[in-house]
Amino acid sequence: MNTARSRWIAGLVGSALLAGCDRGPLADRATRTKRAFGVGRLPTNVHAAPSIPAHFGVGHAATADEIAAWDVDVTPDGHGLPPGNGSPAQGAAVFAAKCAACHGPTGEGQSGAPPAGVPPAPKLIGRDPREGFPFGQDPKLVKTVGNYWPYATTVFDYVRRTMPLTAPGSLTNNEVYAVVAFLLAQNEIIDKNAMLDSASLVAVKMPARDKFVIDDRKGGTTFK
Amino acid sequence: MLEDETTGHGSTDSSNGTVANDNSADPRNGRVTRRGLIAAAAASAGGAILARLPAEAQSPARRSSTAAPPAQTASPPQATGAFDLASVPADPTRAPGPPTSALGARSPFETPARAPVGVLSGSSYTPLQDLSGTLTPSDLLFERHHAGVALIDPAKYELLIHGLVELPTVFTLDDLRRLPNVSRTCFLECSGNGRGAFKTPKREMTPQAIDGLTSNGEWTGVPLAVLFHEVGVHRGASWFRAEGGDASRLSRSVPVEKGLSDAMIALSFNGEPLRPANGYPARLLLPGYEGNANIKWLRRIELANGPGMFRDETSKYTDPLANGTARQFSLVMDAKSIITAPAHPARLTPNVWMQITGIAWTGRGKIVRVDVSTDGGANWLVADLQEPVMSLAHTRFRLPWRWDGKRAVIMSRAVDETGAIQPTLAEFRAKRGAGTDYHFSYIRAWVVEPDGQVFFGADL
Repeated sequence: MNTARSRWIAGLVGSALLAGCDRGPLADRATRTKRAFGVGRLPTNVHAAPSIPAHFGVGHAATADEIAAWDVDVTPDGHGLPPGNGSPAQGAAVFAAKCAACHGPTGEGQSGAPPAGVPPAPKLIGRDPREGFPFGQDPKLVKTVGNYWPYATTVFDYVRRTMPLTAPGSLTNNEVYAVVAFLLAQNEIIDKNAMLDSASLVAVKMPARDKFVIDDRKGGTTFK
Repeated sequence: MLEDETTGHGSTDSSNGTVANDNSADPRNGRVTRRGLIAAAAASAGGAILARLPAEAQSPARRSSTAAPPAQTASPPQATGAFDLASVPADPTRAPGPPTSALGARSPFETPARAPVGVLSGSSYTPLQDLSGTLTPSDLLFERHHAGVALIDPAKYELLIHGLVELPTVFTLDDLRRLPNVSRTCFLECSGNGRGAFKTPKREMTPQAIDGLTSNGEWTGVPLAVLFHEVGVHRGASWFRAEGGDASRLSRSVPVEKGLSDAMIALSFNGEPLRPANGYPARLLLPGYEGNANIKWLRRIELANGPGMFRDETSKYTDPLANGTARQFSLVMDAKSIITAPAHPARLTPNVWMQITGIAWTGRGKIVRVDVSTDGGANWLVADLQEPVMSLAHTRFRLPWRWDGKRAVIMSRAVDETGAIQPTLAEFRAKRGAGTDYHFSYIRAWVVEPDGQVFFGADL
């Protein structure tokens, strides 16, 4: 551990930064030992274990490069979106070369069998139903990027980290922007001539954006 | 995009109906027979083991006489400790058996197996009907993965914790082992568990095919609160985003409170290091939360002021409701139960005592009661719960029963400490809709036909 890190840790001792971390069985062994065994009832050479330090000093300080190499999240506020851009037309070419084998030529899903060893890939394109959000009632509805995904940034995040299935992480940032632009245009969410970059991607409002509610159930007798 | 989740979680695939050992079905009546099971297992297991052994190990003549006692049995014991059906003597009191072995193999008469479905992205179902008590053996722990099983060298493993923290830190596996470790027993269930039974039910489904994406055992690892304390989580951090080191880099967002309470970086299951399909060398364990959020092969945690809205918490793992919305971050698993015996493909004998038994669990504390009905839910009997009942863990229930030979519909209904009680299928459909995709917590039913055959009560 380097000296700067030691100073950091020393500075943290007793600080109020920690959001109420409960150290559970690690905390206050003396009191717990007394409570469990009583005062003076332990053999004279048996003692409560000493308190642990506020920090164990385990691990090494992550460098900016280490964080940058792994921090690939792209979130709805635009966090993590890289420089670059792409158009639906550029995306169509990337899609044809890298995605269509599984997702079908237009993203409508595959008509035939998928390539050997690859699971069937779902339909990505489709806005039906245009009214309402009856995915609960109608088991035949297929969820697509256009009718169900609430955030466009999620499409970027997912394509970049996971696709193509057999070569994840192989697309350039421009290729990812282009593929996302293609999917959004095919779903009639952005114009076919639009150029997608970090600013315009964050600004996209997906059709299903307001359909999601955060779970607030706490159990109890009423099934929800 | 990966496969439709339906493919991975119980589907129209006919192999999912009877699940394991399809090659052991007796062609004469289409039913799985014990003899067929044993023969198939012996043939495949024995053959596979022999094929891997070096020539000298396969030849009894070249075995060192000091390495093992002289073989008295019909064929020599295998170096792996696997037992051969052909070695089972007519009278085991008349000749010494095989010697000690490095690994403990199952009896050749017992062949529990997971039921794998899917290709690169798939699931393997735990054979619930073959388990007693509450613990799932490590090699039968269900698996669900989205881009194959990540194989990770523990010497190269690193966990990065960063974001809204004072000290962004990289932990090695050795670091995680040195920090205070704890153990706890809890269940882990995929929130898609039961989808096949709901969407494409078949009378021939077994407990494994219906609800095999739940397992239970003792996990050991570092409390996430210890790591959060080490890195100094900022007060403003409300969510953490966890990411796997597999080819899907599966990511989920979890409220920080869960990290400060009972979340764990699990390194072991049932006393041994995690197996690769279950996240070796380290995974996130969120007791009571849906399996998908328990990120395997965990390599990064980012503290943030909101969820990441990743694919698996928007497009997937959300619950479209009958009211035209979709519920998001329904992380806590609802109270649930399933009778594991009698179950398909059992055939019951009338007027003899037997035992109705199964497992119940909830993501909201302890199971406090399990009711069992043998008349399709008109009347319920309180089952015995195996003590100790542990919070967020499978709980075994049992009830002695004497079947009278008439058609019967048997059901179990779990009640948890919040008062939550499993809904009927009709209540479930009314609230969630027929199109819902996760958290299938309604009451399961088995039908006993007058001839004693037991079938999944798909529509009851």
